[in-house]
Amino acid sequence: MALLEVRDLTVQFETDDGIVRAVDGVSYTVEAGRSLGIVGESGSGKSVSSLSILGLTRGAGTRFRGEVIFEGRDLLAMSDEELRKIRGEEIAMIFQDPLSSLHPFYRVGDQLVEAVRAHHDVSKSAAKDRAVEMLSLVGIPDPRSRVDAYPHEFSGGMRQRAMIAMGLINSPKLLIADEPTTALDVTVQAQILELIERLQEETGSAVILITHDLGVVAEVTDEIAVMYAGRIVERAATAELFATPQHPYTWGLLRSIPRMDAPRDEELVPIEGRPPSLINRPSGCAFHPRCPFVRESHKRIDPQLEPVDGLPGHDVACLLPTPTRRDLWARLAAGEAADRARAAVPMGDHAE
Amino acid sequence: MARYIVRRLAGMVLLLILVSGVTFIIFNVFPSTDPAALRAGRQPTPQIIERIRADLGLERPLYVQFGDYIYNVFAHLDFGRSYVNNTDVLDQIRENLPATISLAIGGVVVWLTFGLAVGIISAVKHRSVLDRAAIGLSLIAISAPVYWLGLVALYLFAPDFGVFGLSFLGGQGAYTPFSDDPVKWFQSLVLPWFVLATTFAAVYARLLRGSLLDVLGEDYIRTARAKGLSERTVVLKHGVRSAITPVVTVLGLDIGILLGGAILTESVFNIPGIGRLAYEAILRGDLPIVQGTVLFGAFFIVIMNLIVDILYAFLDPRVRY
Repeated sequence: MALLEVRDLTVQFETDDGIVRAVDGVSYTVEAGRSLGIVGESGSGKSVSSLSILGLTRGAGTRFRGEVIFEGRDLLAMSDEELRKIRGEEIAMIFQDPLSSLHPFYRVGDQLVEAVRAHHDVSKSAAKDRAVEMLSLVGIPDPRSRVDAYPHEFSGGMRQRAMIAMGLINSPKLLIADEPTTALDVTVQAQILELIERLQEETGSAVILITHDLGVVAEVTDEIAVMYAGRIVERAATAELFATPQHPYTWGLLRSIPRMDAPRDEELVPIEGRPPSLINRPSGCAFHPRCPFVRESHKRIDPQLEPVDGLPGHDVACLLPTPTRRDLWARLAAGEAADRARAAVPMGDHAE
Repeated sequence: MARYIVRRLAGMVLLLILVSGVTFIIFNVFPSTDPAALRAGRQPTPQIIERIRADLGLERPLYVQFGDYIYNVFAHLDFGRSYVNNTDVLDQIRENLPATISLAIGGVVVWLTFGLAVGIISAVKHRSVLDRAAIGLSLIAISAPVYWLGLVALYLFAPDFGVFGLSFLGGQGAYTPFSDDPVKWFQSLVLPWFVLATTFAAVYARLLRGSLLDVLGEDYIRTARAKGLSERTVVLKHGVRSAITPVVTVLGLDIGILLGGAILTESVFNIPGIGRLAYEAILRGDLPIVQGTVLFGAFFIVIMNLIVDILYAFLDPRVRY
């Protein structure tokens, strides 16, 4: 049985402007001890879907559908009190900005102690010993004295280390890291990712790593799900996704990360256009207004996430035929511009 | 920290001199009663007035009189004597201060109890019927003038003539010093406390509600929930702890202002406090008393301001002086 199984999760927010369909039928599973990267732009629903696992988006104007099965129990159906016992104990979460995510008025150690004592009936000094142990584990120098420091006395990287220490202090089975490196300096980003990877191996906890940066998940996670407009548009094992990406949006993401092995004069190609409105979703394929390979029928037909022919374990929601996608990516990966690739590849004529 | 406090205290002295200078100028430049005539009693002869004038030094230039006053205040804590009844100003203030302090402290307790409770509930139950009702009622409470509220309270609850006379309460002018009879002291102040506190409670409820709503949207509140803390701990320990800082600032200033005399409440309930002392002195043109009460009022405000700033460093570990 999978540790976490998200089935057809839908999250909608009622706002004055209309219903925001933040997450629109997302399914994925995370096995114990494994790691999943969820990648997408801001507004793709990647954060909302993971916050919703822990019920952190619960509120008057929020509507949920689907199931979030954790160790056989549906978290969506749980009462607040039942869910509280899961939070921080079975599933922990760390966030983007470690400065604003730590309470500015309480000592770092006290905030860690609080995380322990929320779930375990232990003395303050025992909890503090555990806090020191965790701070040392995440690589904070001189943890015995730093445990009494305030968050503003830490550097950005140290703060995120402290957040990770807090997340892992109760040895959760699953750690959700929501853009854990986005607010940090580039040099610190790599350290934090290494830390997450190392701790995952040491503690055996599963990890969901949410990011807008494919480069971040490349090294860390076993599997990647690419989200767009509240849905998963492509899902595959990490190496597989980088080797044979299938969705034009994934191509766009790949072409917008700098690579060490690329020629110096190679330009990074941004994805044209803006993320779509989640109130008025584009018709057909939600990516069609920005897709360089769009065809008339794609504006009407809504693609479903389906296995790619010949690539087991690789799913994509794209209306282009598999051979066409293979040829297009071959040209894009070689550095060809999207319009030239489109002209050169027979676009197939299914459904046209 | 110590250097900071010393600097602030020095600034405070300058400010107090400035305040008394302004009061002094207002009294001597605008047409006012002749102090000598006040002191001389009924049907004085011009000679008596002349002699008193000379005794009080009123013939000297204004800047000499002012300098003299400031010197006596800061060097000897001598605030002069009342023009009307020749009592020592400091003694007079000392006599009236307990009533004002009693009124202020009880009022603060009442308005914090109600204001904070309503503010927290309103913020947590944001946009509920309860929240809307509390906000609506607080608007009424803020709009109600103290003298009107005081009269209504007396009309309804005064033990002697109130519609629902509550016999255990003290009515108008029932103020009894704490040292004489603590029970009567308490009974006599219940109505004034509530009347004084009504507006403040409403203001504080709104202040805390707004501040807490902001804080509850902070990332560290989400972290607190993600840790698995109970909603109660999240709101009280993480939310209110941050949201309370602006309330503390306002509270410090409000206490300072109140210690300088709650003129309206003291007048309606006939409480012999600093406010009523000042009010009566203004009516009679009794400059030394006015000067004394103004200086005390300013002193309380400035000192409370300093206390608030120092308190800030304890409330928010990021603040250092």
